[in-house]
Amino acid sequence: MTKDDCKKVVLDIIADIAPDEDLTNVKSDVRLRDQLQLDSMDFLDIVMELRKRHSIEVPEADYIQLASLDSCAEYLTPKFNALSAKS
Amino acid sequence: MNTSSHYDVAIIGAGMSGLAAGIRLAHFGQRVCIFERHNTVGGLNSFYSIGGRKFDVGLHAMTNFVRPGVKGTPLTKLLRQLRISREEFALCEQKQTRIAFGPHGETSLRFTNDFAVLEGEVAEKFPAQIDGFRRLAAAVRAYDDVSLDAQPVSARALVRQHITDPLLEHMLFCPVMYYGSSSEHDMEFGQFVIMFKALFLEGFARPFDGVRVILRVLLDKYRAAGGERRMKCGVKHIVARDGRAAALLLDNGDEITADHVISSIGAPETARLVHSGHRLQPAPVPGRLSFVETITILDRQPADLGWGSDTIVFFNDSAKFDYACPEAQVDPRSGVICIPNNFDYGPGQQLAEGIFRCTCLANYERWAHLPEETYRADKLRWYAALQKSAQRFLPKLPVPDMLTHATVSTDMFTPRTITKFTGHLGGAIYGAAEKNRQGRTDLANLYLCGTDQGFLGIVGAMLSGISMANYHILAKA
Repeated sequence: MTKDDCKKVVLDIIADIAPDEDLTNVKSDVRLRDQLQLDSMDFLDIVMELRKRHSIEVPEADYIQLASLDSCAEYLTPKFNALSAKS
Repeated sequence: MNTSSHYDVAIIGAGMSGLAAGIRLAHFGQRVCIFERHNTVGGLNSFYSIGGRKFDVGLHAMTNFVRPGVKGTPLTKLLRQLRISREEFALCEQKQTRIAFGPHGETSLRFTNDFAVLEGEVAEKFPAQIDGFRRLAAAVRAYDDVSLDAQPVSARALVRQHITDPLLEHMLFCPVMYYGSSSEHDMEFGQFVIMFKALFLEGFARPFDGVRVILRVLLDKYRAAGGERRMKCGVKHIVARDGRAAALLLDNGDEITADHVISSIGAPETARLVHSGHRLQPAPVPGRLSFVETITILDRQPADLGWGSDTIVFFNDSAKFDYACPEAQVDPRSGVICIPNNFDYGPGQQLAEGIFRCTCLANYERWAHLPEETYRADKLRWYAALQKSAQRFLPKLPVPDMLTHATVSTDMFTPRTITKFTGHLGGAIYGAAEKNRQGRTDLANLYLCGTDQGFLGIVGAMLSGISMANYHILAKA
């Protein structure tokens, strides 16, 4: 999985949990919270959907890594790749 | 007997909060079962049929309405969390609500789903108070009402820092208390904030077909997510062992176990289920506030009686509003009128029949133990008294007994009805006066959601189920 694929995965999740947000111009390097109206309940949902759909675990101490799409990709891509290497 | 089965989570009660908690948990793969004693879902916000007519109970209007595009409010949070689209609820907005005070409602404040209307009314009728009113609204906006560990503060004391005219103070408290306060005379400021936002800053709406639309959406989501439910199957005992809810004994004699138990039936009602010598501490006290409601079905639209403008009227026949359990069976001095026809259902859309509902404070004890015959006679007597009282605050009828002529059917619920169908002790619709924000009990895996957790209204009830499922179970899974 590339970092761009990973960003797409995160955006797909956000599109499902917050269908009322316009995601067409989300900037990768800006905090998601600063460009979208996402609260702590929504971030918990991103984590939960990652687990449900992709079996990716994000421990609470690492939630901060999900701040922007870039940081999501940095943090999650190796996890996705480790998982697919295992299977 | 004992066909034992195990769930990740067992939920007691299929009301709005239990269903919402169930949807969240099932969506994220938990094996969930909801146990409901009654044969319909909805709890305090349900519906029933008599003579082929469907009557809504509880819901006058869904509070917390915001238009599409407004974010970060309870309604949008709940839609996101339950993956419901706005179209599914198909909410239609109110026309207007009035707060009418004085023997014939001489002083009145109008509000709609546009806060500027209420601001304008306060500025016009209480010019000396408008700056204070704006400061109060700002304080309400700034308050974190979903915090799970806020300290209780008196709402009356805080409001008086901004509003110095007692009449305006009482007029603002009247709708806020009627639509959610479980405590008499005063309420906790956090609860006041929730209601002030829900009523004044947000607003009222309703699906064309009433509360059953919302319940149908919730049930569909719950089923689709794989949730189970057992109807006509209440929980008789919670078996406590080693500080945990070890098992649930059901009405039919079955015993089931669950890793977690969420109870939506109220704090004192839950405490009464706990057995094995264990007592929940501190023992929660049932609320004292209950209501009667009359429902009148008309053969014409209320507009034909001249009652086409008001969706809801909060009335009080003097300058001082007394929100308390009355000495008598009913306190007809104040109340709430709801005319469900007066939502804006869109061009050409109107409810088939006229509906006129009136709600007043009532005393549970004075209804609970009456012999059947007296009970029926008292209902009839109070039905007439409520109709008479409410009409003082509506436009005068063109012909005096027009309402009687237009009436095709009536019904009435009392505090006794509430307890019979919902199990809430004392007919206490808004539950215990003391709320338990964190929803913890002294059994480690037993949590509360719903009215006694302290988020109010039906949107609040659903958010309560969501929050407790997230906080106690999903965030820790």
